[in-house]
Amino acid sequence: MSEQQVRRTILDDPDFKELSRQKNRISLVLTVVILVVYFTYMLLIAFSKSALSAPVANGTLGIPIGIGVIILAWVLTGIYVRWANTQYDALVEKVKQKISE
Amino acid sequence: MTTTIGQPNSVAISFFFIFVLITLGITYWAARKTRTTSQFYAADRSISGLQNGLALAGDYMSAASFLGIAGLVATGGYDGLIYSIGYLVGWPIVMFLIAEPLRNLGKYTFADVVAYRLQVRPIRTTAAIGSIVTVIIYLIAQMVGAGSLIKLMFGLPYEVALVVVGALMIAYVLFGGMLATTWVQIIKAVLLLGGATLLTLMTLAHFGFSYSNLFAAVGNLKDGGKLLEPGASSKIATSSWDVLSLAIGLMFGTAGLPHILMRFYTVPNAKEARKSVFYATGFIGYFYILTFTIGFGAAALVSKSYLAPLDKGGKTSNMAAPLLAEILGGHMFLGFITAVAFATILAVVAGLTLAGASALSHDIYVGVVRHGESAENEEVKVAKVATIALGVCAVLFGLLFKEVNVAFMVGLAFAVAASANFPALLLSITWRKYTTSGAVASMLTGLIVSVVLIILSPTVWEDVFQKGVAKDLIHHAPFPMKNPALISMLAAFAVGIVVSLMTKDQVAEDKFDEEILRAYVGVGAE
Repeated sequence: MSEQQVRRTILDDPDFKELSRQKNRISLVLTVVILVVYFTYMLLIAFSKSALSAPVANGTLGIPIGIGVIILAWVLTGIYVRWANTQYDALVEKVKQKISE
Repeated sequence: MTTTIGQPNSVAISFFFIFVLITLGITYWAARKTRTTSQFYAADRSISGLQNGLALAGDYMSAASFLGIAGLVATGGYDGLIYSIGYLVGWPIVMFLIAEPLRNLGKYTFADVVAYRLQVRPIRTTAAIGSIVTVIIYLIAQMVGAGSLIKLMFGLPYEVALVVVGALMIAYVLFGGMLATTWVQIIKAVLLLGGATLLTLMTLAHFGFSYSNLFAAVGNLKDGGKLLEPGASSKIATSSWDVLSLAIGLMFGTAGLPHILMRFYTVPNAKEARKSVFYATGFIGYFYILTFTIGFGAAALVSKSYLAPLDKGGKTSNMAAPLLAEILGGHMFLGFITAVAFATILAVVAGLTLAGASALSHDIYVGVVRHGESAENEEVKVAKVATIALGVCAVLFGLLFKEVNVAFMVGLAFAVAASANFPALLLSITWRKYTTSGAVASMLTGLIVSVVLIILSPTVWEDVFQKGVAKDLIHHAPFPMKNPALISMLAAFAVGIVVSLMTKDQVAEDKFDEEILRAYVGVGAE
């Protein structure tokens, strides 16, 4: 088989299709989550300052929410790494083996 | 109590010399491992995920974020946190959309990825221009910041400070390449995180380890209530749309910074690349929580301890963290924090210089001038010449733009990165019908629109021009927002998509399958 044919076979392979489908989906979902969280936060700052100014523990509600956005951003990268290290890499290995065959 | 900041501090100078000795020692060690292009640009892809995570953090946490954000929180309160969050949320975007395909498809620069299936010469030329403009703007910000900070902290003349910084950064990059740069960044990240942790713990200890007590102390200040309120300072934006535009620039700028993107080539594979983003996000997020605490600590303690309170946005606001260190830890601790700030600057400018040099040598010289064919040692030689040239330029620009506002330049660099670099990078790895013309048009649009809108914005128009001769002629800036990214990034995407739909690039379309396979599976990755 020529290199091009090998590529065609792999691209049509159900394992590769599953791999790219999963990867696209998780990237998209996590990107949407961080975009929604961040832009909601920024829109609150822009359009509804008073909600974030509610007093909490001598500070304001905006403080725990802001720190929460930072922590959530990190947790999301953690979720992605965990998924990729376990499920994604296993699928990648499977596809790589098919290529070398 | 009066401060000793501005007088030569023997502790700071000793710490600084120890840092310089250790990093030059590392450079000497790295020099023997810096012969090939892969060694010079990418440390032979020998850096682990954790090491790269620290180095990314070291590359990203500039003195502007340590001293600048602490100062912004100390004088502007909560709004300093808005910047921190914006800088941080770019990292998940890098992780989910960019890091792995970038690692799998490229060799040394992000232009490698954009040029993967498009026509090499036009793409490399425009991508390199975008990289170099971003790098130079960011470099000016760092050099000007460095000169003023060192002057303020050590009492060293501005010009001398610039030459010291310039000479050291050239030495690291020229002799030690990416390996030395990486270790300078790792050491700096550890020092900065350690120093900031210590300063935070001392601040919290002063308030009985209770944030509630800290906020109460801030709230009791004159106008202190305002400091705790989100969006109370009008400095960051002119309108709600402007806030949105700022958000876009901060978030997507990170994913377009050449010196950050370049670091993904230093790890052996995509798996280590993704791990390094996870570590970097954790370190940087933790650091921003520290600077937030330090800023409020400074607000509560510094103005009480010194006669003159911190001025808004002026030079002393940058000194919030060092002043707090002096109050809480005395002369010794002030010396340590000052030396850490100096080390911070060195690590960032070294990373920037290397990224700029690689765009000049790998993209322009080898990719465009030599049509991709050049001997290893010739390319390294050109990269080294580019390093010296950029280093000298950085010092000269630093002298020339002495009065420029550092925060404004950093904002501009992020806006250009988000508009010129990021859309082209993202579309090239995700869209089959992306064409060479579309990519070139998109990169140029992003670059030109972001720069022009900044020039027409109130920041430049009213703050700079109105002070000059044209005072009576100019009343309002032609463009009402301070942050251009909302328009410039969307324009770059729109132009990229429209021009691609109007043109056809059969080679690029045919090669998309190969690109996808390599991006997802890593087959054939360098």
